[in-house]
Amino acid sequence: MSAAYEDRLRAFVGREIHPLRPGQDPVNVPMIRHWVEAMEDDNPIYLDEEAARATGRDGVVAPASMAQAWVMRGYAATAAAKGGGGPADELTDLLAEGGYTSVVATDSEFEFHRELVPGDHVAAREVVESISPEKATALGAGRFITSLRTYHDQDGEIVAVQRWRILRFRPKPKPQKPREPEERPEGTAAERPEERAPRPQPAINRDNAFWFEAARERRLLIQRCAACRTLRHPPGPCCPECGSFEWDTVRASGDAHVYSFVVNHHPRHPAFDYPLIVAVVELAEGTRLITNLVGVTPEEVEIDMPVVLDWVDAGPESSLPVFRPVAQEGQ
Amino acid sequence: MNVARPLSGAAAIAGIGATEFSKNSGRSELRLACEAVLAAVADAGLKPSDVDGLVTFTADTNSEIHVARSTGIGELTFFSRVGYGGGAACGTLQQAAMAVATGAAEVVVCYRAFNERSGERYGLGQAERPMDTSADRAAYAWMTPYGLNTPAQWVAMFARRYMHEYGATSEDFGRVAVVDRRHAAVNPAAWFYGRPITLEEHQASRWIAEPLHLLDCCQETDGGQALVVVSAERARDLPHPPAVVRAAAQGSGADQHMMTSYYRPSISGIPEMGLVGRQLYRQSGLGPDDVDAAILYDHFTPLVLPQLEELGFCGTGEAKDFIADGHLELGGRLPFNTHGGQLGEAYLHGMNGVAEAVRLVRGTSVNQPDDVRNVIVTAGTGVPTSGLLLGADG
Ligand SMILES: [Zn+2]
Repeated sequence: MSAAYEDRLRAFVGREIHPLRPGQDPVNVPMIRHWVEAMEDDNPIYLDEEAARATGRDGVVAPASMAQAWVMRGYAATAAAKGGGGPADELTDLLAEGGYTSVVATDSEFEFHRELVPGDHVAAREVVESISPEKATALGAGRFITSLRTYHDQDGEIVAVQRWRILRFRPKPKPQKPREPEERPEGTAAERPEERAPRPQPAINRDNAFWFEAARERRLLIQRCAACRTLRHPPGPCCPECGSFEWDTVRASGDAHVYSFVVNHHPRHPAFDYPLIVAVVELAEGTRLITNLVGVTPEEVEIDMPVVLDWVDAGPESSLPVFRPVAQEGQ
Repeated sequence: MNVARPLSGAAAIAGIGATEFSKNSGRSELRLACEAVLAAVADAGLKPSDVDGLVTFTADTNSEIHVARSTGIGELTFFSRVGYGGGAACGTLQQAAMAVATGAAEVVVCYRAFNERSGERYGLGQAERPMDTSADRAAYAWMTPYGLNTPAQWVAMFARRYMHEYGATSEDFGRVAVVDRRHAAVNPAAWFYGRPITLEEHQASRWIAEPLHLLDCCQETDGGQALVVVSAERARDLPHPPAVVRAAAQGSGADQHMMTSYYRPSISGIPEMGLVGRQLYRQSGLGPDDVDAAILYDHFTPLVLPQLEELGFCGTGEAKDFIADGHLELGGRLPFNTHGGQLGEAYLHGMNGVAEAVRLVRGTSVNQPDDVRNVIVTAGTGVPTSGLLLGADG
């Protein structure tokens, strides 16, 4: 990135990108009603005069979180072609020039100075507070743009302040959206995170829950008969060797070798990248496990190849053991 | 009745009937079942009211009571279901033969009907099935989170290991598909009638789950198939030559899973099929050398190879050579899937294969080899399974 580009970006810091502009309608009960119904917020102070007065207020108030709603430019303006050529558009164009063409909101902090009541007419302005240097993120390299929005009433008094942060990023190259699942081009997980569906979730019951709970903490367990010490996988309630219902677990060393493997092409599940390598590995402890191989291409996989334990996040609440070639350890 | 082997020779298949095999039947599964049952009963020269037993798969959506009342069968003294998907196929005939042999029923119809192509397709896999806490559902917890979801993928895992241990190749699997399609090509009832394939086409077909190509995989089919079982004695008075049940058996192996028995010391064989085969030979008093033709379950080509080994037609690891030497062809040592199999004719969960075995015994297959007396039939592989040895009367 050139120094000149950095300078042009820096010139936006402190600049007003949205001048003070009043909302289309004053604060009003019908919009409040639609809002609280949609939000399923049954606090009576928004619609019931008496209930509101019982709390010491002069009458009904608008939900604080509606601050933004009063200055939204409305559907028609949003749906219409971009334009205006104002400073906000200039900043967007400048970021696009740097390759930061995608956007995601990252956080929003509100500070409320007073409650809005029907009849108030809200206006808002927005000033750029900071633009970060380029940072590597899971979505791609990007810059965090922080701006300060101030919400004013009809008398110019500030009613709320919002610190608003977005990430403008350079999307990693991603495959075209396919028409037919089987025509999907092949790509890696990191290349299209926004398309990543969760993995099929395991059905958990009383016989397997311990294993998935340990996996969540990134511990690979093997069930062991407490009587005869035989290891077993997949787990079950009873030892096939001696009939004991008593069991404990041992933690797997993580060393294994490939016993067999498949390379899946069709049908495709949106949680995975294809071709997808699924293997049966034999752990050093002797039990076998179905898993994925990572850090290796289908052409490189061989039966008997040594592999070592790694982990993938399989959803917000789960991790799953996967294996990678030993040679890649520490890379 | 042979006291030591009470089932052998007690019952016979006297009637077969099927709907057309299609990709979109346009009819309910119950209607397909009724059409197939009525066709089989008519083929046996019987009336629906003669039927007093019905057997189907647990996977079938058409309960015996719906079939019975719709077809005018009326009262039933025997009704039973067999589980484990296509592994049930020959097991339904075993149930029927045992019922007839014991007097629980006199005329038992086995049926299977589904809209497997236009309705719920098994090939799409198990990833998004509803959750519950049953052991069957929990078993999928070890596979679906890793994207191992479909029958083709499950079988591919066995196939890869088999290739590794015995030096078999994708072409060895492909030769099975070529034989199936060659036989289907002359069978007007087959979906792939008039459409044989070459080994080159098999090799060029796209990957489904390596090492399985598209042409290693069976079709998905809408249709119904039914078979009528009566005592061998009664069958002699009916229109067709009886297909005598010389033996019928089920088998579930040690450490058995549903298509994912990957935890056994070896996964390059099919021990549950070996168990079935040993029972078939013991019950019938016959051996592999007495078998003149084979209908082997072919949802995916790779598992045909270990079936040939488990059933004693060749040594372990030698199936690729047995096949390459042409032994599955008409005129070979063991003419195979003369209807075209599930790759070529239709995927009816193995029941269309049983019907073909009946035609072979009757001498009416479109690919009839010379001098067929005994035919072996197998059901689904990779699952708890079953088998039949059917023979000509006398
Ligand atoms: Zn034990």
